[in-house]
Parts: sequence; C-alpha cells; structure tokens
Amino acid sequence: MSIASMTAPSRLASISGPSHVVSESPELGAYEICGKRPAAVVRPGSSEEVAEIVKFAATEKLAVVPSGARTKLSMGLAPRQYDVALDMTRLDRVVAYDPADLTLGVEPGIPLQRLAAVLAEHKQWLPLAVPYMERTTVGGTIASGVDTPLRRMYGTARDYVLGMEFVTGQGVTAKSGGRVVKNVTGYDMHKLMIGALGTLGVMTKINFRTFPLPVDTRGFVASFASAERALELRHVIAHSPLRPQAVEILSSGAARILRGDVAARIAPGPSASEVFSKVHWTLAADFSGNEKVLDRCERDLRQMGEKCGGESFVVLSPDQMLPAASRKREFIPIALASSPAATIVKMGVLPTRMNEVLASAARAAETNSLPWAAIARGVGVIYFTLLPKDRSDETRLRVIQATDQILFECAGLGGNATIPWSPAEWKSSLKVWGLERGDLDLMRKLKTLFDPSGTVSPGRFVGGL
Amino acid sequence: MDSRLLHELKKLLGSEGVLHEPEDLLLYEYDGSVEVAKPACVVFPRNTEDVVEIVKLANRYETPLVGRGAGTGLSGGALARQGGIVVVFSRMNRVLEVDVENQRATVQPGVVNLDLSIAVAHTGLHFAPDPSSQKACTIGGNVSENSGGPHTLAYGVTTNHVLGMTVVLPTGELVRLGSAAVDSPGYDLTGLFVGSEGTLALVTEITVKLTRLPEAVKTLLAVFDTVDDATETVAEITRRGITPAACEMFDSWTIRAVEDYVHAGYPVGAAAVVLIDVDGLREAVESEAEEVADICRLHHAPEVRVARDAAERDLLWKGRKNAFGAVGRISPTYYAMDGVIPRTKLAVTLRRLAEIGAKYGFEIGNIFHAGDGNLHPLIPFNGRDRDEFRRAIAAGTEIIRCCIEMGGAITGEHGVGMEKDHLMPYLFSASDLELMRGVRDAFNPSGLLNPGKIFPTAKACGEIYARPAAEMSAPPA
Repeated sequence: MSIASMTAPSRLASISGPSHVVSESPELGAYEICGKRPAAVVRPGSSEEVAEIVKFAATEKLAVVPSGARTKLSMGLAPRQYDVALDMTRLDRVVAYDPADLTLGVEPGIPLQRLAAVLAEHKQWLPLAVPYMERTTVGGTIASGVDTPLRRMYGTARDYVLGMEFVTGQGVTAKSGGRVVKNVTGYDMHKLMIGALGTLGVMTKINFRTFPLPVDTRGFVASFASAERALELRHVIAHSPLRPQAVEILSSGAARILRGDVAARIAPGPSASEVFSKVHWTLAADFSGNEKVLDRCERDLRQMGEKCGGESFVVLSPDQMLPAASRKREFIPIALASSPAATIVKMGVLPTRMNEVLASAARAAETNSLPWAAIARGVGVIYFTLLPKDRSDETRLRVIQATDQILFECAGLGGNATIPWSPAEWKSSLKVWGLERGDLDLMRKLKTLFDPSGTVSPGRFVGGL
Repeated sequence: MDSRLLHELKKLLGSEGVLHEPEDLLLYEYDGSVEVAKPACVVFPRNTEDVVEIVKLANRYETPLVGRGAGTGLSGGALARQGGIVVVFSRMNRVLEVDVENQRATVQPGVVNLDLSIAVAHTGLHFAPDPSSQKACTIGGNVSENSGGPHTLAYGVTTNHVLGMTVVLPTGELVRLGSAAVDSPGYDLTGLFVGSEGTLALVTEITVKLTRLPEAVKTLLAVFDTVDDATETVAEITRRGITPAACEMFDSWTIRAVEDYVHAGYPVGAAAVVLIDVDGLREAVESEAEEVADICRLHHAPEVRVARDAAERDLLWKGRKNAFGAVGRISPTYYAMDGVIPRTKLAVTLRRLAEIGAKYGFEIGNIFHAGDGNLHPLIPFNGRDRDEFRRAIAAGTEIIRCCIEMGGAITGEHGVGMEKDHLMPYLFSASDLELMRGVRDAFNPSGLLNPGKIFPTAKACGEIYARPAAEMSAPPA
C-alpha cells in the first residue's frame, strides 16, 4: 500500500466529512472487487465532492472505483489498482421530474426500485427490467450496461438516456446531451458512459425520457421440442404486425434453475415459473395494449405458435406474468448462485444465427462435460451460462476450452461475445472481453482523453482499459 | 489550390471525378442554410479505397476535407468553411446488402434516404428516420447530422437505427465500428460518431436497422382557432402518455404558404392545425385515433378531419413535406431555424417567438415537430438587404436563447455546423466544450476534417452578425 493511499482517509474526510469515510477492515470487505480490497471508502454527498475526490486521487496516483449497490462489481476484469471505493449511494435524489414532458433527471445513486415508485405515481416508468432489481441503483444499471428484455419495444438505455453530467478521470465536471427528448447539440459523450464500467468517468447526473406504463399486459408461453422451433416462432412474430414488449427463449436448463430453490431464494414470491418447460425449449412473449389488442395478440400468437410446433400454450395475466418475469429478469444472479463456478458468456448475434450459435455453444459445453443453461432475447442476445460443479483447476481448463470455442464460433457466425461473469480467479485466463477488435485503438484514445492517468476503474474494460 | 494536388486527385478519380472550375464549384458553396463557403475543389469517390486515398492526399497537402451528401443540410455542415476539398458521395449510392430476415441493410453513404425505403418496400420494411428532405438527402448526411423527421417521435432519430459503420479516419485509417449484431462490446463508438457532423471521420458504409411498416395508420388533421388551443392539445396528448407516430403543427402563416402551393386542403384562415399520425395494430389505432380526436375537441378544435384513405393521407403529408419549398415561393431567402424545448413549454415559447419577430420586424412562421418539442421557426428575409439579413440572424439568435431559457437545446436535428457554433457556450460550459474538443482532436488531430464546425472559434463570436457581403463569396483562404 502506497503512502498516498495510507493518508487518503484523512484527505477524503476533509472533503466529504469523517462520517462518510471508512477505512476499517470489516466494512472495506464489502467493497472488494475480484479479491481486491480498497484502502478507504468515501461516500460523497455532491457532484462537487466527487470532482474533488477524483482530482485528489488523480494527483496522488490513486485509483478510484465508483459503485452503487455493488451488485455487479464482478463484471469485467479486476481493476489494475484500487485504492478508494467511491460509494455513490448518497447521491440519490430525483433532481428534476416533469411528468407532463416525460423527462427525468436523477443522481446515479438512487435505487431503481425507489425511482420506479416515484414514476409509478404518474403512471410512468423506465423500461429497465434488469437483474438485481430489488437493490440496484440507476447508476450501476447504466454503467454496467446490463440489458433488459423490454428492449424489444423500448430499445436499450442508449435510446432513452437524454444527457449526463459526469466527472472525468481528471476530476473535471462535464456534461453532454440535455433534458429534451430530441437533441443533436454537440457530441453524444454520454453514450460512451453507458456500459463503460466507470472507466471513463463517474456519472453524477443522468437524464432520461420516461414512458407511460402500459395500460394492460398479457404474457404468452409455449414450449417447443427444439430451439430451432422456438426460434422459428420468434422469426414469425418479428415478421408479423405484432409489437411485443419482450420475446425470450429459454433452454430447459435455464427453466430448471429458474424453478429451483436458489431461484426461490433470490426472486421469492408466488412462482409462475413452472410454465417454463424443464424438458423442452420455452418461448415467452409479453405484450401490452388495450384488451382488444391483447386479444388479437393472443389469437395470432396461438396460431403462429401451433404452426411452429408449439405445445402447452399458456396465457398469463398481469398477476401471473410478474413473478414469471421477475424470475427471468434475475436469471444472472440465479445462475451465478446455482454453481460454484458459474461462467456467463454474453453474445450479440443476428437473430437468424441464434439457432446455430446456440447449437455450437451447447456442443462446446457438452464436449467439455459442462452443464449449461441459456436464455436468449429475440433481438439477438444470448446469455449462455456454463454451470460447472466445482472450481478445480481441471474444471477451469475445461471452461477455458469451452469458452474459447464458443467465442471463436460465435465470431465465425458474425456475432460478438464476451464473458462478463466468471469466478474472479479465472478472469485472467479467460477472454473476458472477447476476441481482439479493430477499433480498440480508438477506444484507447478515448480512455487516454477522459482518464489520462488511469484514475477511474483502471483495467476493468475492453483491452484492459 | 495546389496544382499538384489537383493533378493527383484527377489521376486518382479521373477528370470526371473532380470539379475545380469556378462555375462548377458554385453549387457547392451552398447547402440548405443561409451560410456560404467556397471549396477549392469537389471530388466524387467511387468506393472506400478512393476515400482513403483522398484523405491521404489531403494530409500530404495539408488541405481541409469536408464530406457532403446531397447538400440539403441546414447548418452549413457540408460547407468548406476554410476552403479545401469537398468530398461528395453521390457516386457511392449503392444499397450493398438487404437482410430482410434480420431487418438490416448496409448502404453506401450516398444512398438517398427515401430510396432505401423504396428499395425494401416490397418486404414490408422501411428505414424509419424520415427527414422532410428525404427525397433528396442521403443516409450519409443523416448519419453525420443525426437527422430526425416527423415520424422520429415514435420511431427514434438516426442514431437509434444505426448499428455500425465503416469509417475513414482523418489519418486515412479504415476502421469498422459496431456490428450488424447488437451489443458490440466496448465504448459506443457508433453512438459517438453518429451526429458528429463530419468532424471525426468520413463514413463509407453504414449498417442500419429496418423497421416493419405498421399494419394500420390513421392521419388526423385538427383545426384550431387559437395557437394556444393547438399547443395545449399537443401537451395533453403527451401528458396522457399517447405517443403518436407523428405530431406536427403549422401556424396560420405556414398554413397559407403550404395551401397556396400544395393544395392539400388545409383550412386557410385557421390559427393553427395539428397533423397527427397514429399507427400500429388495427385494434390499437382505432381507439388511439378516437382518443386523440377527443383531446382535440376538448381543446376547442372546431374540426377534426380523419383522412379517409391513403390518397388523402398522402396529400396531407405532402403539405408537410413540401412546406419549406412552399415558403421558398413566398420568400426566396428565409432562415429555417431549429431549436428544442420541453413540450410543456410550447404555448409560452410560441408567444415569445411572435414577440421576437415583432421586435425585429418579421412575421415568423412556425411549422414543427410539436410532439417532441422541436421547433422550426422560419424567418423570411430579403437576401439582398444586408441590414435585413443581420436582423434575421439576430432574431434567430434570440430565438435560440429563448429555447435555452426554456430548458431546451439549440438544435434538435439540423446540427450546429457553422450556423450555431457561436451559440454553444450558452449551453455548454468551457470544460464541457474542452472535453468535446478533446474528442474531436483525438480522432481528427490535424484538424483537416471539416474545420470550423460545432466549436466556437475566436473569430466566430460576432462573425455571423457582421460578415460583410464580400466575405460571403470570398475565395477560401
């Protein structure tokens, strides 16, 4: 530990007040990232304090990692250096909310659930059905770039984040975008922050457009003898006039863990998860609209489903949809808790390639005797999870082989793949950020510009940025 | 310009691929804005390799480079402010790939926006961003400016539809950004480059999403006796959480201009009309159209017309899409502004605009994307009268400052270009701008690509007010 990091707590206390700085061991443990423990935790109370802390860290060559509810700190690579945990949870205000304009500005530390309650009062929402929903903060959701099944209808955060204020790695406060729903003034720097794992700066304010809550919803679930048939229904829906909120395909392995005890612990409450087939592939589609629209969707979907060889067609009311949706939404934490060495490969592929990609990934897993589970979004995203039974070195080698094969074959099929989650001690031997990319140099230029001395979350991102 | 550079460009592109005679350059001094700047030459690459070579030559001769599509831009983005080479993409106008199954297309930048939608119409798909100039403007230009259009209210602007692109950096390096598959890992370079107004790279291929055409569309034209009733209607539609596919407003001045020209059946004499599209499933469209019509009547619309068929719908939309042309018949020179405000502030802002117009001696027309608060005030002025030009610019500046005061932005879809660079400091702090400049310099270190755009330059403060007539047509430095 450097001298600077030893004296950091007193300096941080002078910025945010002694009651908002922690340097005692037990509490520091809660901020560990991939086994690395910071020397101090500071909880800034304003964006000015954030700027001052980062500036101080940059001067002293300390590294800072911002966090919210700390649910996704294990994503990406371990930070190269980690001296100060920047706990953003005190920055939790709704700064501006204009329901009539459907625009919103919040500080990043606000829990998503609490924000959802504020929006629900005005029958609005942010269509972010993301994992760790009960605890996660808005900032953590945006910085981690986790996606949501609702992207089928609403797009991802990049489509509805209107602007941002952030502190760069040099401690400079800057902003881009704005508060209005349409805006092309200046570079969209805020888009760079989405999914950047805090490697370009620390977000201090995020502006969104909000959406009206759907008047009514209905879920449809059908099971299929093969992924190919389930995906066939996905394609038929995509080429129909129907506009589902979400379309997901689950493997039988995914259904098994979503129906298990671990799932019941992580996403408790009444379970409708028995609708997910333990032996077959499941397609789940959610629709919103008025009753006539939902009746039409139900009618059309039943026909389409039957043509594609669907079985056990189930219609879910909003009350039944909710628990089923929350189980699916929490697939990642459930999968991580379902195996001592769960390793999750996230793939982006063309929708028509999903079948081949799934088949090749399944082959890679099975050749290496690794149990697997997959959940795929209709837009072409696959979360392929390897669920080894232990963490032994021999298992690690098999996981490396399997993931390497998955990554190369996915690339061969025009997709891209990363391994956001795996045991921390395996990360250095896995291709966490996927295969080499032609645009890495451009990304490096941005990292150098925003964070020249490697102060914020150094090393967690693509190419060790 | 350097005759050796000219010679090399001709060697590369053939003499048909290079224009340099003053009379040939005249067209390229203009775009759709009120700005003027003369290039040293204009080149027409045929493919990505040509673009790479052009960029290398520009570097060797330290000559500025400016990309250009159809020149319909409204902020001077495609003008050679500091002279140099204008790279026109009209020969790179092929649709390279249409993937119907995955709803993707890859196009060259010179493809005309509407041509892509026409090319895929038989598959039931279209390219959703629909600028009013879509019959002429190119997708490369749309990407540079992050263009919008009436139907981007529900479908999103250009950036929401671009998945990846091939770019030539100002260093001559060829890079592929993003991918046809979603969620390309790493920083969102595609998101950064879309809307960067041609200051970061020349784009040579673009991969876009195609969107399914809706099953049903209903077009409503609501007529109002006061502007306030019209703006209140728009606010209420927003408040109720209805997102029409499009929601456009015209004031009495533009209604007259459009009707005289297009004969779309707009009610001359009305204070305002709102043109609304609702689309989607038949079952949704029926009820949504009824609700929208009810809201209009609730806000005292004496008439709410629903287009009976596609022909009537097309005619109503023809009025909207040809509005700028219609205004051009009344006043050959006019300043088409672009500003954004929160939708709750429409009424108060329009009243302010009328006051600003009166103050400077103009009757300002308004035709705009009301649903997303994107205003397009039109200031007609006599282009030969220097004083009037100056007053028009001053009125424009005051309008934009008014948008900022309302909590809005200085451009919703036209870009900053060389029109509003001097207004950037009203919206962004010195450190915001310094970081953005840093982004530009990271990719465009020598500043050869589209210089003098977006960022206020020392001389730009006040330049636009006092630009002498002679300088407007002066040869580049």
